[in-house]
Amino acid sequence: MKRLSAFLRGVYIALIFALLYMPVALMIVLSFNGSRSSYEWGGFSFVKYEALFNNEIIMEALLTTVLLGFASAALATIIGTLACIGLLAMKKKLQKTVTTVANIPLLNADIVTGISLMLFFSAIVGRMNNVTLIASHITLILPYVVLNVFPKLSQFDKSVYEAALDLGASPIKAFFKVTLPDIFPGVLTGFLLALTISLDDFTITYFTKGQGINTLSTLIYTNRIRGILPEYYALAALTFIAVLFLILVMQIVNMRSATSGNNRAKAQKNNY
Amino acid sequence: MLTNKKSLWLSGPYLVWIAGFIILPLLTIFYYAFTNLQGGFTFENIVGAVTDTANIKAFGLTLLLAAAATLIALILAYPLAICLAKLGLKKQKVFIFLFILPMWMNFMLQMVAINVILEDNGIINYLLSALGFEKIHIANTFGAILIGMVYDYFPFMLLPIYNTVSRIDGDLINASKDLGAGAIRTFFKITFPLSFPGVISGITMVFVPAISDFAIAEMLGGGKIMLVGNIVEMSFTKGHYYQGSGLALILMAFVVISSLVSGGDAEAEGGAILP
Repeated sequence: MKRLSAFLRGVYIALIFALLYMPVALMIVLSFNGSRSSYEWGGFSFVKYEALFNNEIIMEALLTTVLLGFASAALATIIGTLACIGLLAMKKKLQKTVTTVANIPLLNADIVTGISLMLFFSAIVGRMNNVTLIASHITLILPYVVLNVFPKLSQFDKSVYEAALDLGASPIKAFFKVTLPDIFPGVLTGFLLALTISLDDFTITYFTKGQGINTLSTLIYTNRIRGILPEYYALAALTFIAVLFLILVMQIVNMRSATSGNNRAKAQKNNY
Repeated sequence: MLTNKKSLWLSGPYLVWIAGFIILPLLTIFYYAFTNLQGGFTFENIVGAVTDTANIKAFGLTLLLAAAATLIALILAYPLAICLAKLGLKKQKVFIFLFILPMWMNFMLQMVAINVILEDNGIINYLLSALGFEKIHIANTFGAILIGMVYDYFPFMLLPIYNTVSRIDGDLINASKDLGAGAIRTFFKITFPLSFPGVISGITMVFVPAISDFAIAEMLGGGKIMLVGNIVEMSFTKGHYYQGSGLALILMAFVVISSLVSGGDAEAEGGAILP
């Protein structure tokens, strides 16, 4: 009976697993399909990859997506990390109020966030442009940076920083030499998660991008009438592998900082 | 960090950001929603949003679709969470990671992939006709949008439920069984009540994006099915900012109500999408 139920559980896990991976697996397998039809196998080939790299419009959208992601994630990481230092100095009640408002884009429907930003920007600057797009992405991803950095910073032992000051370091030097190395895993995972979310975004981008500019998501959406282009298969395979890499790095950083945190806790226990 | 007062200044850019890019934009929606073309105060945009027959039809369809997507995701995710929680600890971590992974394929490319499967000349129909069955037509229907929503939002349902189920103390389950309760009774008296916060959180996290969607409907519905999100999107691309804002405000009311029901725990939501 016990073995039967363990078997049934395994079957269910495998079933959902297969369903979830079917679209991804299909895109990757078909990206090597030499035939133009989606499912009829025309032999192993790189023609779809060739088509992708020769498609200037998709390549430009890819570049825009990546630049937008890195620019907004970098700026959000700086603003967010500084914010955490200030948040820690606030009274608990104020801290809670501020983070609740900052988290509105997490809870709110993306379409409402996108429209609110578009209405606001068109009221103050008229047309959407690259600045409105980056600013909107920062708004979307800032909460994720704070959620990653804040716990690390609150665990940080303040007396180490104060010791650096006593030994004559300037506050800025002490921050870069003592605080930042300690909270770095949180800053890095915050940055990577912010980047991943920016790369994947469609709705906010759709409403706040300037005319003639496209990310991969908005390009595919705008071209939906043209159906499924052969390039998409190769694009899906490559972008999935890129994101897989980002997420694996995030996992490794997370696990490492968890073990080093445990070691430090143990060392502290031994001291007492 | 510095002296306390000085370090408060470091959050300056963040506070300015929140005020400038969250609060002011939301107020802008409110302004447009309560203003008429002549610049006077009006309730017309709101009243119009809920009395227009096309809108009422769209609201009905959207609520039906969102409720169906949420229910199907719940029915699929709950047993999975239980199955995963019974694996060894290390295995659990790997499996949860694997189950979240597909959601990170670019959202639009996910929609493309689902179309490859569902199209009239797609994989499903290819397999059906190869096996001698008749072809089915799902592409560009209500059903296709439903499949897309369940696929896209599934991790949002799985994670919060798994997080509560995996923390249930095994001793409680054993105690209940020792005291003579059967598996079914133990489930309804112990497991389900303890996992309830996760269920509520999962429902909100699927329902909110589902009622406000326009992209999935457009990509998988072939532009034939109008959800509330599609009407909002069209009002803005056509430049009808005032009516569009009225409708967007109604949509926001639904979001606020669903978040209040789940206690609006943004940190849990942010944490839930972390790999």
